[in-house]
Amino acid sequence: MTTTATPAPPDGRSEAAPPVLRKTPARKRLVPYWLLLPGILWLIVFFAAPLVYQASTSIQTGSLEEGFKVTWHVATYWDALGEYWPQFIRSMGYAAVATVLCLVLGYPLAYLIAFKAGRWRNVVMILVIAPFFTSFLIRTLAWKTILADGGPVVGLLNSLHVLDVTSWLGVTEGHRVLATPLAVVCGLTYNFLPFMVLPLYTSLERIDPRLHEAAGDLYARPSTTFRRVTFPLSMPGVVAGTLLTFIPAAGDYINAELLGSTDQKMIGNVIQSQFLRVLDYPTAAALSFILMAAILAMVTFYIRKSGTEDLV
Amino acid sequence: MTKTETPQSSGGDVRLHGISKTYGSFTAVQPLDLTVPAGSFFALLGASGCGKTTTLRMIAGLEEPTTGTVELSGRDVTALPPYKRQVNTVFQNYALFPHLDIYENVAFGLRRRGIKSVKKQVEEMLDLVQLGPMARRKPQQLSGGQQQRVAVARALINHPQVLLLDEPLGALDLKLRRQMQLELKRIQTEVGITFVHVTHDQEEAMTMADTVAVMNGGRVEQLGAPADLYENPGTTFVANFLGTSNLIEAEVVEAGGEELLLRAADTTLHLPAARCSASARKGEKVLAGVRPEKVALTHADDADGIAAEHNRLPGRIKDASFIGVSTQYVVEVPGLGELAVYEQNIERDGRLVPGAGIVLHWSRAHTFGLDATQDIQAGADLDEEAA
Amino acid sequence: MAVHETTNAPGTGAARTPNRGLRWLRRNIVAMAGLATLGYLILPNIVVMVFSFNKPNGRFNYQWQRFSTDAWSDPCGVADLCGSLGLSLQLALWATIGATVLGTMIAFALARYRFRARAGVNTLIFLPMAMPEVVMAASLATLFLNMGIQFGFWTILIAHIMFCLSFVVTAVKARVMSMDPRLEQAAQDLYASPVQTFLRVTLPIAAPGIAAGALLSFALSFDDFIITNFNAGSTVTFPMFVWGSAQRGTPVQINVIGTAMFLVAVLCVLAGQLAGNRRKRSKRS
Repeated sequence: MTTTATPAPPDGRSEAAPPVLRKTPARKRLVPYWLLLPGILWLIVFFAAPLVYQASTSIQTGSLEEGFKVTWHVATYWDALGEYWPQFIRSMGYAAVATVLCLVLGYPLAYLIAFKAGRWRNVVMILVIAPFFTSFLIRTLAWKTILADGGPVVGLLNSLHVLDVTSWLGVTEGHRVLATPLAVVCGLTYNFLPFMVLPLYTSLERIDPRLHEAAGDLYARPSTTFRRVTFPLSMPGVVAGTLLTFIPAAGDYINAELLGSTDQKMIGNVIQSQFLRVLDYPTAAALSFILMAAILAMVTFYIRKSGTEDLV
Repeated sequence: MTKTETPQSSGGDVRLHGISKTYGSFTAVQPLDLTVPAGSFFALLGASGCGKTTTLRMIAGLEEPTTGTVELSGRDVTALPPYKRQVNTVFQNYALFPHLDIYENVAFGLRRRGIKSVKKQVEEMLDLVQLGPMARRKPQQLSGGQQQRVAVARALINHPQVLLLDEPLGALDLKLRRQMQLELKRIQTEVGITFVHVTHDQEEAMTMADTVAVMNGGRVEQLGAPADLYENPGTTFVANFLGTSNLIEAEVVEAGGEELLLRAADTTLHLPAARCSASARKGEKVLAGVRPEKVALTHADDADGIAAEHNRLPGRIKDASFIGVSTQYVVEVPGLGELAVYEQNIERDGRLVPGAGIVLHWSRAHTFGLDATQDIQAGADLDEEAA
Repeated sequence: MAVHETTNAPGTGAARTPNRGLRWLRRNIVAMAGLATLGYLILPNIVVMVFSFNKPNGRFNYQWQRFSTDAWSDPCGVADLCGSLGLSLQLALWATIGATVLGTMIAFALARYRFRARAGVNTLIFLPMAMPEVVMAASLATLFLNMGIQFGFWTILIAHIMFCLSFVVTAVKARVMSMDPRLEQAAQDLYASPVQTFLRVTLPIAAPGIAAGALLSFALSFDDFIITNFNAGSTVTFPMFVWGSAQRGTPVQINVIGTAMFLVAVLCVLAGQLAGNRRKRSKRS
């Protein structure tokens, strides 16, 4: 054979050497499907199928004694919305406020760990994660102690007249914090704060510190550097953190139950009591669906808007 | 293990028959035949995306050829997976196992072949690459040059018939690269294994290899000894990619004899017929080429002293840059554009400054001819962007 | 706190404050805000710890009465408490194993192979993480109810594996994706068969991701309340015990368990950190 390149027809069908077009064997091509099968089956049977089931339940009518049947009773949705719209709005509102608070409180902490903690970084990191290991219910109950009527926190807020202001704003009532919207939002913020801090930290940590120096070198004041360089680069963390905070907060009922009163019930409380106490499955299903649809719509819109679709 | 051959130190030859690779509608390697003789140092040279790495990976078995066969020492290995081929690779960026220390990295291949007592071999190999004291370090604790030597040791310890090197020096700085080039060349001569080396660095290919194959657009443009390729480029791509060339578009005014007579912008040039790779009949266009270092510069006032048998072109110095061993001039030749001239710094003529009128001249024998239908710029500036 | 300047703006004469204290405040305000948040995060843990030494008067442990180590000397002194703890640990262990195995397989398929329905699989992995727990909980419970499946250990385990799965996939996939595919090719080039390549190279390198996924699964499963509440029937896990006690009366032992877990976790992490540091140091010498 010659040692130069022989130009062959581009389709590779020269008569001299009938080429064998090789294909990967079927056994090899099936490998990913075998790997996926058990896990995906699990999710289909125990996650996707229940949602479909839930959808059918939401249009059923009947009672516990006679059993439920699909009657395409869409009115359940209207009735559920008509009766529970205040809890629905409240859930979204509390979750939104808690998310913003998490961002405002969590950002400095994430920034501290990423850039300023130095050799203390690991210690601070442990302190952020370690609370996870005490059951969140126990920690939420601790807030009951912290915010107790006549306790030091309430006393301090009272003497600083903070509670007068918050009462005027309508987030507390009288001289107490427990059983008010403030307590519930405070609990939500506390519970989901780590879910904000960790993704923020991850995206901040990836930023090359030399970028800060470069921005400073190019006449940016520290505040400008933050606004123009640091914050935009941490956007993936902001988006991930807000999603990880908002979604569970909107469906939560623990904080409202433990720290609030009947006036602070959220949609999660309603679904829980409809399902576990009232045993009105169609209404619980319809409410679940409304919540799910609302959150998915908001999340999709948010991800589109923030232009980080690759996050998913 | 289903290993049928026992390791041996002598190299084997590589024969590629009609081998090609397509991904969907993209053809990475056009059907190509190539023979790498046993024991040689063979370089595949080209810019990124020219198909050189794909060719290498098909030899290694990491890529399955769409068509064609791969033969190692006369045995068809096309259907063999990489772990059954007696070929080892030094990967780009080395691909050292981060979870294993240097010792275990080097011992990896021996252990996989079921060899129990690896200690002596590994220690010898680590000594050969001067990394004995580093045996228990992790790859990320080593410098680039040290990692590179581990990668070579890890491959060589298996005594492959052919060692494949995929841009092995790409991540090193210039000085270390030069040093490792000599080192690799020394090892190759010592162990006698066939080396197939993929690189985009033409200097690296020319320093190390016995034979260089210049690849472009999925095919081999030209193949030969480094000096031969440099002196007699067959295409504009080779002329521009290997070093620099001055290419002048000219028309053949007289053909048939030992020399072709060309006309370019009112000047007559002589080209030895044997050095013209294009068909050159009277009236056709060719590209007359000459390497910048072959061209001499004489001030216009001294033009009478130029040897009569030299090709000559009048021009004006546009720019001169002094770079130590030589001075590089850019000369504007009316009607032909800019030409490059490299002059050794032996006796510098003080009159040769920008703006000076000069005459370029060179021995007719140094002129080469290329097919004028090619892109005159092909291959120029490519190696810079790939690096 | 080792606070060092990371920004350094030249020529900002206007930013120069006359007062040293003010300047210090300006430079450290972010760190101080961060520390305040940290305080907010660990305040409840401190309260839990302090109140584990309380001797309350009534059934509820919300107000400080007097110091006592009664609860610490008898952590299982409340009926069903330690039983529920054991059940939760057992559930978390099995859920971790199940979710880690299934999730790792999916992660490898996603990171290493091209196949059809990839987008569908990605969506199916993402959705459980973007779904409020209460929705998943109610849906799954509806299914079990209609199938006539008895609620108990198995229904909880099924639910826990389901919601842990996505987190394992995410953690492992990230790790495998960031792994240089040339490492596996190098192993094959060095005579390792596909099985050997997986066991000797791929798995060890992916191990940190798998470990992270497993740890997360354990924590999520152990601490889960909402989904468990819907699918447990009369079975009582530790979080459900705490929930029930919030209604009936909170024994001090809850705080003891909470504090003990917190301390064990911190000690484990610190020990791991120290071991890592020592290994690094000995390597360097």
